[in-house]
Amino acid sequence: MSYLSRSPWVLHYDASSCNGCDIEVLACLSPLYDVERFGIINTGNPKHADVLVITGGINEQNREVVRNIYEQMPDPKVVVAVGICACTGGVFRECYNVVGGIDCIIPVDVYVPGCAARPESIIDGIVRALAVLEDKKRRMENAGGKEQAGSPAGGAQ
Amino acid sequence: MPRRIVVPFGPQHPVLPEPIHLDLVLKDEHVEEALPSIGYIHRGLETLVTRREYPEYVYIAERTCGICSFIHGMTYCQAVEKLVDCSVPERALFLRTIWSEYSRLHSHLLWLGLFADALGFENLFMASWRLRESVLDVLEETTGGRVIQGSCKVGGVRRDIPGETLERMRSGLDTIEREAGEIADVFLRDDSIISRTRGIGVLSREDAYALGAVGPTARASGVGIDLRKTGYAAYGRLSFSPVVETAGDCHARCIVRVKEIFTSIDLIRQAIAKIPDGPVEEKPKKNPEGDYFARSEQPRGELVHYVKGDGSRHLVRSRIRTPTLTNLPSLVRMLKGCNLADVPVIVLSIDPCIGCAER
Repeated sequence: MSYLSRSPWVLHYDASSCNGCDIEVLACLSPLYDVERFGIINTGNPKHADVLVITGGINEQNREVVRNIYEQMPDPKVVVAVGICACTGGVFRECYNVVGGIDCIIPVDVYVPGCAARPESIIDGIVRALAVLEDKKRRMENAGGKEQAGSPAGGAQ
Repeated sequence: MPRRIVVPFGPQHPVLPEPIHLDLVLKDEHVEEALPSIGYIHRGLETLVTRREYPEYVYIAERTCGICSFIHGMTYCQAVEKLVDCSVPERALFLRTIWSEYSRLHSHLLWLGLFADALGFENLFMASWRLRESVLDVLEETTGGRVIQGSCKVGGVRRDIPGETLERMRSGLDTIEREAGEIADVFLRDDSIISRTRGIGVLSREDAYALGAVGPTARASGVGIDLRKTGYAAYGRLSFSPVVETAGDCHARCIVRVKEIFTSIDLIRQAIAKIPDGPVEEKPKKNPEGDYFARSEQPRGELVHYVKGDGSRHLVRSRIRTPTLTNLPSLVRMLKGCNLADVPVIVLSIDPCIGCAER
């Protein structure tokens, strides 16, 4: 964990999940799994978040919502797709309203499999995402902050 | 002169674990009207029934909702069993009852935690979720899954629970009951919880009945409907009385769920004591033909699964009526006239499960 130099904040959004993965994401916060020991805090505000944890696939109504949340997050940012629905659409990929996995709308850095994904694998996925986050941050610093440009603001909170 | 403004609430909001959108029409801080709009998690899983064979659709039915997954699977099976002329063995019925009640325990403890969190009582959230883990441990040990169990099948259940495990579950219930008692005390008596919830979001008995409220939302307003009293699975052979409160406010809805935890523990004890020996599944004799409505009591209220078959391996239609969708009109009524700051608590008080509601 030597690369973890600061406390990453996580934003959780339920795209079109059945709730199974959502409650496992929340279970990560509970005393048994306790992700706060890594300094990870769950936030509800996209502008505070470094890691976007998404459960469930993209459907016709939420594609703009997901894109909007992603664009509001400041750089550097990483996206973790939790559960098989978020990875590929899962058991619902044949449904008429489901477009597919999260990566058909926004770039995904870490895929966590499972139906429902277990808390252990969700934590593992987020910790892997933190390494990606550190990497992105270093690249931004090397580029003199130039890579940061181009992230449109989503309006004041 | 107060101004009327419309404040959007959701779909992504700090207090909501799931997306729902409400347009709140405000006059200063007072909510004059709440207009819900849904569809952010709609998948359209009912249509999959034509693409999966009827025994395989159990997996899809379970994934209607990850919180009450077992009860969804069981209710679908109950409906199909009527179409395939299959009488479920007694032991399987008792096992279904036991798993249903463990699902209710974990769902209610989950809700109590989220409710405490909405009130800003994070310590209580942690306490409720810590206790919930011991319920999930039992579900994982007996079915193999924490939240999606996959243990129900058409004609019975997929696996048996051995006698010594049942014995261990019975003694585990004592610990759960003791720890639930400590949490319950806070929810029932704590001043800060009472001041945030008493008299907030009142739903009268007449409104609850007229708007078709179900489950704890209805029972907190004095409408004593509980589908378990119809005696599906093994409930007909167990004795219990539905928890009914009359105040109809957020605290009454909280009290109903707290007390139901103890009802569930008692029901599991009775079921373990009465469970007969025997097989746990029976093979279906024919393909499903005809149609049937199966009803059951989910942690959030009445659940209806409608299925229609034409004698082939694929069903023609499945229709699911979920309690959260049924409770939305009641929620709109509760929000009328409340303060903006109470909106999160009132929304959570119906235990919204949007995954179910939108399917």
